Amino acid sequence: MLPLKDKDKPVVQKLLSAGCCARCVLRFCCVSVQAAYRQPQQETLKELHCFIGDTTDSGAAKSTEENKDEPAEDPPSKRPKLEPSLTGAELDQGSTAEKLKDEESQVCVVCLGILQELCDKNQAIKIVEAVKGENYEFDTLVLSVSLPAQLCVREHSCWLHVKTQLREKSIILGKDDVIQVKEAFKWIMQSLVAKELGGVAVVTKSPFEVGVEFTHPETDADCHFLYVSNSSNIFTPGLFFLSHYPCPPIQTTTRCSAQDVQCLHTSVFVAGRYNKFCRSLPQTPWVIDGERRMESSVEELIATPIVSAFRAQGFNFSSSGREDVDVRTLGNGRPFAMELLNPHRSRFNRVQMKQLQEKIKQIKVTHLYYHREAMSRMKEGEEEKTKSYTALIWTQKPICSEDITFIDGIKDLTLEQKTPLRVLHRRVLAVRPRVIHSMTTRFLDPHHFYLGLKTQAGTYIKEFVHGDFGRTKPNLCQLLKTETDILELDVEVGWKPLI
Amino acid sequence: MDSVEERDTEIKAPSVIDRYYTRWYRADMKGKPCEDHCILQHSNRICVVTLAETHPILQDGRTIKSINYQISNGCSRLKNKVFGKSKRGGQFLTDFAPLCRITCTDESEYTIYSCIRGRLLEVNENILERPALLLEKPSTEGYIAVILPKFEESKSITENLLSREEFERVVSKRSVAVQSQP
Repeated sequence: MLPLKDKDKPVVQKLLSAGCCARCVLRFCCVSVQAAYRQPQQETLKELHCFIGDTTDSGAAKSTEENKDEPAEDPPSKRPKLEPSLTGAELDQGSTAEKLKDEESQVCVVCLGILQELCDKNQAIKIVEAVKGENYEFDTLVLSVSLPAQLCVREHSCWLHVKTQLREKSIILGKDDVIQVKEAFKWIMQSLVAKELGGVAVVTKSPFEVGVEFTHPETDADCHFLYVSNSSNIFTPGLFFLSHYPCPPIQTTTRCSAQDVQCLHTSVFVAGRYNKFCRSLPQTPWVIDGERRMESSVEELIATPIVSAFRAQGFNFSSSGREDVDVRTLGNGRPFAMELLNPHRSRFNRVQMKQLQEKIKQIKVTHLYYHREAMSRMKEGEEEKTKSYTALIWTQKPICSEDITFIDGIKDLTLEQKTPLRVLHRRVLAVRPRVIHSMTTRFLDPHHFYLGLKTQAGTYIKEFVHGDFGRTKPNLCQLLKTETDILELDVEVGWKPLI
Repeated sequence: MDSVEERDTEIKAPSVIDRYYTRWYRADMKGKPCEDHCILQHSNRICVVTLAETHPILQDGRTIKSINYQISNGCSRLKNKVFGKSKRGGQFLTDFAPLCRITCTDESEYTIYSCIRGRLLEVNENILERPALLLEKPSTEGYIAVILPKFEESKSITENLLSREEFERVVSKRSVAVQSQP
């Protein structure tokens, strides 16, 4: 039995005669029992007719509809005769059945078919086939529905219609309590889809979203009157709305049409550390004048196997700093994180992650793991204050090991570093003070030595060595009183644990 | 011995300029003999204006008396300031815009020009304090100015400059002419 109260009777009658489908009637009566929506709509319609006692006089509803401009007549429900349902129905089965058939085939003026044929088992099968076709891996899914905007206008029109017609009868019809079309659609479809998927839970919150979109081109113009309005509250009862839009909404000949099912899995984040051992690998694809320089990049080497393992649609790569193309990254490795967009596979255990990590060639990736907050964690790790480097230095004048030992004694040397010419095209021109905390030297031959540096983050090492046209002061040329140049540079990534 | 060793290391390690910059030249600027300029263009399109080694200032053991970035009453290159990543506010220079005037102790005066179109980013203030830098390291610490060409002109601005080979040919012809003169 439908959970309707006596006071709903005039509402039910008005709605049915306005061309509402059975489920929309339930919605307007604020029925929140999900089972009521799940039963076949034909049955609901039958029960509604029984409820309002509209069994034999099929003409009554019709006449109400036709004479809607006249003051509302006494709703039949007010008659003392209650619950006539079954007996009445049996009396005149023939004509009732015919009438019901008629109403069934009519497209609902409010939901435009969404809660009629568009939420049955066939529709569920269509959705499930689309989902299966995409080959996602998932335990649960959330169903989302996108409806044509005009449903809002139609719903409001119908609501206004009932409200104005029944005002004298002091029927309170709170709009906020009306069950949303979306809500009702989901109540019906969720269980159907779950059944077709063979036990996958269709829930309200899941990383995997299946979107169903409906359009109804025939009535797209319904909303147009809203564009011309500059009135701030066009949904105030009567006035503007009534003068621009028919109440109740006009009957249509076509139903909404379902668009392609859209599947989307929320992003998965992967993080780890990488070491780079070669001096000819840029961090990101390097393109000059539309021409590719160097065949690969750190980003591509890491991303390609991961993206293909997660079967992701795309990715965003981010690392805690970066190194030049000719600089190696040693030590613990540089932290990086990746957002995998719309991954079709998202579950990996520890062993699988390890195997994935080993698939990354040319650079070494360690500590690979995946997590939702990986990006923010890495950004926190970015705050490392001191950086360590090893540089191979060339000197123009021949040197002996005694010539360079004084460098080991230099502590907290402050440089005035003008934005290096090499990055000046994209960075603000400024003089930045940067501190070299300490340096160590290792003599190699009369023209070469290794220089270890611990510096404040943001120090440009290459410029400290060659001086950058005298724009970094002091520089190693000045300290050693000879031309110096940097032949190799390695970054030693610190020991601060990331995970 | 020493020079052999030096040449050896030079081959092994090309200088910063060799690695990242392309050298372009303007010979006999404004028709004045031997007033050659050298423009170093970085692969990121930024240009450094320097004196070519053949410039008269660097010849015959001259010494510099003064360097003046005030090129007219109303315009001083020292007042140039750029803001933000897009370097707003910098003076815009054309090929023949003067950058500074250099007076030597023998009272000879030379004007150094931009040679390329672009936005002036900075001038070298270090040479005001130590003019000797200009003589000692004309192509590095003794640079004159840094200019940022327009992105869309970064290739075309060097079209009417000489490449290193072309410039070397011009210079060798000069020395032939000088030798054959007497």
